[in-house]
Amino acid sequence: MNEHTVTAFDDELNLLISQIAEMGGIAESMIDRSVKALTTADKELSRKVVADDKQLNDLRETIDEQVVLFIARRQPMASDLREAIGTLRMATDIERIGDLGKNIARRTFEIEENLPPKKLMRGLKHLTKATLEQLKDILDAYATRDIEQAKQVWERDDEVDNLYNSLFREMLTYMMEDPRNITYCTHLLFCAKNMERIGDHVTNLAETIIFMVTGSSDIYGGDQASESNT
Amino acid sequence: MVQATMAEAPTLETQEETMPIKMAGEKVSVFYAEKQALFDVSLEIPERQVMALIGPSGCGKSTFLRCLNRMNDTIDICRVMGNITLDSYDIYHRDIDVVELRARVGMVFQKPNPFPKSIYENIAYGPRIHGLTRSKADLEEVVITSLQKAGLFEEVKDRLNEPGTGLSGGQQQRLCIARAIAVSPEVILMDEPCSALDPIATARVEELIDELRQNYTIVIVTHSMQQAARVSQRTAMFHLGNLVEVDETDTIFTNPTDPKTQDYITGRYG
Repeated sequence: MNEHTVTAFDDELNLLISQIAEMGGIAESMIDRSVKALTTADKELSRKVVADDKQLNDLRETIDEQVVLFIARRQPMASDLREAIGTLRMATDIERIGDLGKNIARRTFEIEENLPPKKLMRGLKHLTKATLEQLKDILDAYATRDIEQAKQVWERDDEVDNLYNSLFREMLTYMMEDPRNITYCTHLLFCAKNMERIGDHVTNLAETIIFMVTGSSDIYGGDQASESNT
Repeated sequence: MVQATMAEAPTLETQEETMPIKMAGEKVSVFYAEKQALFDVSLEIPERQVMALIGPSGCGKSTFLRCLNRMNDTIDICRVMGNITLDSYDIYHRDIDVVELRARVGMVFQKPNPFPKSIYENIAYGPRIHGLTRSKADLEEVVITSLQKAGLFEEVKDRLNEPGTGLSGGQQQRLCIARAIAVSPEVILMDEPCSALDPIATARVEELIDELRQNYTIVIVTHSMQQAARVSQRTAMFHLGNLVEVDETDTIFTNPTDPKTQDYITGRYG
C-alpha cells in the first residue's frame, strides 16, 4: 500500500503494529514458560511469568491511549480505521492470553512438589505445543497480513479443542482410578482449560486480522456460514 | 384499513434503497475548449438523499455539479456532451428554460454570496422574479418559512431590513441556502458550502442538510472526507475526470472497492 502524504500518520500506524507484535511475543513466551514452570515445579520461573503479565497490561493501556489519540488526530478512514479498531481488539485478546498464561504459572505454587506422573504431563505439553503453534502462526499472519494463513489457524482451532477433550477424558480416567490423583488432575484440567481458552482468543485474532485486511469479519467472505467452535 | 397501511409502510432502510432517481447523468463528457475535463460520467442521483461528490482538486466533481443546472452554459468555451435528466427529462433539450431549470435545481456556493440588499430582499428576490407569490403577504410568508427552514429565522427576525452582508459567515451561508429554498427547488447543489465556515457554523449547515433531505434532493461537493461521511447517503469518487466509484457512503468510508478511492480517503493520494 502507498505511504500516507503525512509521514507522521505512517509513523503512528507503524508504532501500533510494532507494539502489537511486541505484545504477541511476550504472550507467546509467557505461555511457553508457564507450562515449563508448572511441569518442573520452578517457582522462580513462575514468578517471572506473573511479572511479565504486568508488562503486557501496561502495553495494552499504552496502545489504548495511542489508538484514541490516533483516531482523534488523524480521523482515519477505510483500511486505516479498520487498522485502529483491529489494533484495539487484538491488544485486548493478547492481554487476555497473557492473563491465562499467568493463571497457569500460578498453579505451580498450588501443585508445589507434588508433581503428577510424567505421563499425565505429556497430554498438557502436547496441548501447549499445539496452542503455541497456533499463536505463533497467527502472529506471523498479522505481520504479513496473510489472510489465508489466518483462515488456516482459525480452522485448526478444532484440533486444539479435540486435544483438550481427549485430555479431559484422560484426566477423568485417572481420577476415577485413584482418588489421590484428583487434586493435581483438577489443577491440570484448569491449565488445559486455560490453554483451550487461549486457542479461542487466537481465533478472535484470526477474525480481527481478516477484518483488518478485507473489511469483513466473515471468515469465508459470505460463501459459508461461519461458526465459531468454542 | 389502518393496519394494512401500517404493514405497507416501508421502513426507513427500504425507503432509502428504493428511492426513485431524481437526476441522472449518462455518458457526460465536458470540454473546456480543447481540454476534456469529464470523461463519460454516468451517475444516478436518488431522490431525497444526499449525494456527496469527492475527489482531489481538478478531478471534475465541481464540473459535473455545474452541469446539473447548466451553470457551465455561462462559460463560453465549455461544451457538454451526453445526457443529463431531471425526472427523466433532458435538461439540455432546446425547449428547456434555463432560468426555470435553475429555480428547480438551486445552488449554494463555496463562499457565501448574499446580494448587497436587506436580508428580506435576499430571500424575496427569487420568488418575485419567478412570479411565485400573488401578494405581499404571500411573499412575506415565503421569506419567513424559507428562513425558518434554513434555521436562521430566530437569529434575524428582528433585523430583516438590515443588509445580508452584515451577517456572520455561517449566517450568510444559511441565508444563501434560504434564498435557494425560497423558489421551491427540487434539487439543491452545494459546492463546498462549509469550506469558508468555522466548525460551529459548519455543524449548523450539516444539521440543516440533514433536515433538508426530507424534502429535497441534495448534491454536495466537499473536500472534507468526514463531512461527506457525516451528511451523505451515497458518495461518488472522481479522479482525473472519471467517475471511479459510487456506492453507499457507509461502504465507501469503511471498505471502498477501488484502490484510488482507498488512497484518496486515507490520505495516501500523490
